[in-house]
Amino acid sequence: MAFAKPQATLRSATGIPTGRLAVWWLLASEVVIFGGVLGSYLMHRLGHPEWAEAASHTNTWIGAFNTLVLLTSSFTAVLAHQAAEKGDGKKAAGFLVLTMGGALTFLCVKSYEWTVEILEGFTIQSNTFWSFYYTAAGLHALHVIAGAIIMGIVAADAYRGRELQRVELIGIYWHFVDVVWIFLFPLLYIAK
Amino acid sequence: MAHTATATEHHHDAHHAHDHHGPTGILKYIWSTDHKMIAMQYLFTGMAMGLIGAYMAYVFRMQTAFPGVNVPGYGQVSPGEYNALITNHGSIMIFWVAMPVLIAAFGNYLIPLMIGADDMVFPRINRLSYQIFLISALILIASFFVQGGGFGGAWTSYPPLSAVAEYNQTNLGSSLWLLAVALEFVAFLLGGINFITTLMNSRAPGMKAYDIPLVCWMIVIASILFMLSVGPLIAGAVMLLFDQTLGTGFYDPARGGDPVLWQHLFWFFGHPEVYVVLLPAIGITIEIIATFARKKVFGYKMMLYTSVATGVLSFFVWAHHQFIAGIDPRMANVFTITTLLISVPIAELCFVIIATLYGGSIRLTTPMLWALAFMAEFLIGGVTGIFLGASGADIYFHDTYFVLAHFHYTFFPIAIIGTFAAFTYWFPKMFGKMMNETLGKIHFWGTIIPFNLIFIPLFVLGMGGEHRRIYNYEHFPDLASDGFFMMRQIATIALLVMLVFQLVFFFNCFISWRKGEKAGKNPWKANTLEWTTESPPPHGNWPEGLPNVYRGPYEYAHPDRKDDYWPQDQPV
Repeated sequence: MAFAKPQATLRSATGIPTGRLAVWWLLASEVVIFGGVLGSYLMHRLGHPEWAEAASHTNTWIGAFNTLVLLTSSFTAVLAHQAAEKGDGKKAAGFLVLTMGGALTFLCVKSYEWTVEILEGFTIQSNTFWSFYYTAAGLHALHVIAGAIIMGIVAADAYRGRELQRVELIGIYWHFVDVVWIFLFPLLYIAK
Repeated sequence: MAHTATATEHHHDAHHAHDHHGPTGILKYIWSTDHKMIAMQYLFTGMAMGLIGAYMAYVFRMQTAFPGVNVPGYGQVSPGEYNALITNHGSIMIFWVAMPVLIAAFGNYLIPLMIGADDMVFPRINRLSYQIFLISALILIASFFVQGGGFGGAWTSYPPLSAVAEYNQTNLGSSLWLLAVALEFVAFLLGGINFITTLMNSRAPGMKAYDIPLVCWMIVIASILFMLSVGPLIAGAVMLLFDQTLGTGFYDPARGGDPVLWQHLFWFFGHPEVYVVLLPAIGITIEIIATFARKKVFGYKMMLYTSVATGVLSFFVWAHHQFIAGIDPRMANVFTITTLLISVPIAELCFVIIATLYGGSIRLTTPMLWALAFMAEFLIGGVTGIFLGASGADIYFHDTYFVLAHFHYTFFPIAIIGTFAAFTYWFPKMFGKMMNETLGKIHFWGTIIPFNLIFIPLFVLGMGGEHRRIYNYEHFPDLASDGFFMMRQIATIALLVMLVFQLVFFFNCFISWRKGEKAGKNPWKANTLEWTTESPPPHGNWPEGLPNVYRGPYEYAHPDRKDDYWPQDQPV
């Protein structure tokens, strides 16, 4: 059953398309969620200098590699947006699939990294640093997974030339996921 | 981007031309994406949860006033059950009654109708929001029937009590409670994004920012407040869930965690939450008062800016809940000042309403009585809040019945009086029939008088030092005097009387719905756009075309006009 959008969806009193407006509000709500995790972590971290010892066991190189992967995938998301603006749905879908590839790489590297750490005995129960490490990165990974799934749906539509405006919207969301990682990486890996 | 937008709009037009075959029968209601139907779903689910919450209040008030009594319709109350009942009464009344009814139900019903749109901007997200909400309600109810029973660590859910199963003895109940609350948050985040975007983008042509009815502004400001305050608590809830299930120690000081962290995260949300539900109730009140005083709202912009100021300030008051939690006394000073400051914008809101009434030709219909009662009763709640905001007094009053009576004097007017005001005012629009005024007034007085009789004794008990959350006061000789028990019994009997009078309300709804006088489009002769369409409005709201707007919503008693009202959609 095709869903007929109400006229309300097509109006734009602010001049900003409704979908983009909604994605920005969604990101506002996400910012405070991650703000809560990172704020709590920072307050604890400042009060516990001894966490530096625990943090020294994280693998900065793997973290740096994942940062690179995510940044590159943001770049392909921008290319997808550019293609969608030109009305080339097939090309946009292709770039979105590349972006999903970035997400998959990120998740594979993350799984490997966590497996190594858990085998070394650093689990979520080890101490509060590791609890924050797995919780914050896990919450972020969930967003990567959700973003990749939605991207797949958007790409399938875009391939058939439908709902091309959504390519931009998933791109905005993907940049956000990227930016969260930019905060997580120094806080969890570099600060030792 | 312009290119894409044109392409998609063209594409939508093609879709409109299709006949669209929806589901039929009962599925038509369950799977409806119509904002009015979703509003009804929220309204009736909220009311059903309200009845469950009221039943809980009945059971534990009986136990408090008559310890060890065999409560009719429940039986003996054990200490664990008592804790579970008070915990879930609080959770239900705030998260599953006040929010779904005031924000979700009336927001869904009113925003598109009042701004002249045919639906919300994202009808399917709207439906998803309700479905998640319904699941959260079912999970909460289910948490009572698992091994160990429902969670009993108070709606504030402080660790370590909430985090450690050995302490709370409700291993499954506490996790289910937390899951239900988290899902409810997700539902309202989805709903909130919808409300905000709809108000920003989908206004009728000609409707400028200051032509939007105040209640829509209030619901949207409340949604923004909710969205910006709930995030840290969602993060905190994930951490608490991990403490409960994965064995982390975020809130365990022995393992480097901090239990007070939860209190900060909780109240950073918990205090703005008061304004999240207050603002829609004030919005409803001002709509009703403008209509029945037949007078323009005194200071539309002042009201709007004041609400924004309230919202901003509400982010800086949270630690007044923690004066005795071991926070730095210097911080207590700061939070005392911010807390007392927030009474300034709230007082302004009250004065705007009083100034609107001044010189109006007031009609004391049932909705107007509810609106006036809201102001009067909320004022008592606000004034007693000053006692608790001042850290010196709070150290004595903390966790006594004074606190309990104070927040019931705020939440009862918001969630119950505000809801009845809105329900009786918009009933003709929702169901196309007028409500019976006599029954409505009987119900009004039968609710307001017992309400005061319940909570005034509780203020006195609180000042006498009666601690909250005590299962049986007979175990505390200081609190077991005859005078104390008499006041507890007055409160409980008043509660029973109030509950009985609610039957009048349900009878009134039923009889008015079946046999009431036809309401017509605009029974109250009000200006806002929802009164320019049929009652009840059909799918798409204005079948003959969406309205245009020419003026603000409160042009009553305009000197140049014969009629004392001037609907927003009438050209000059």
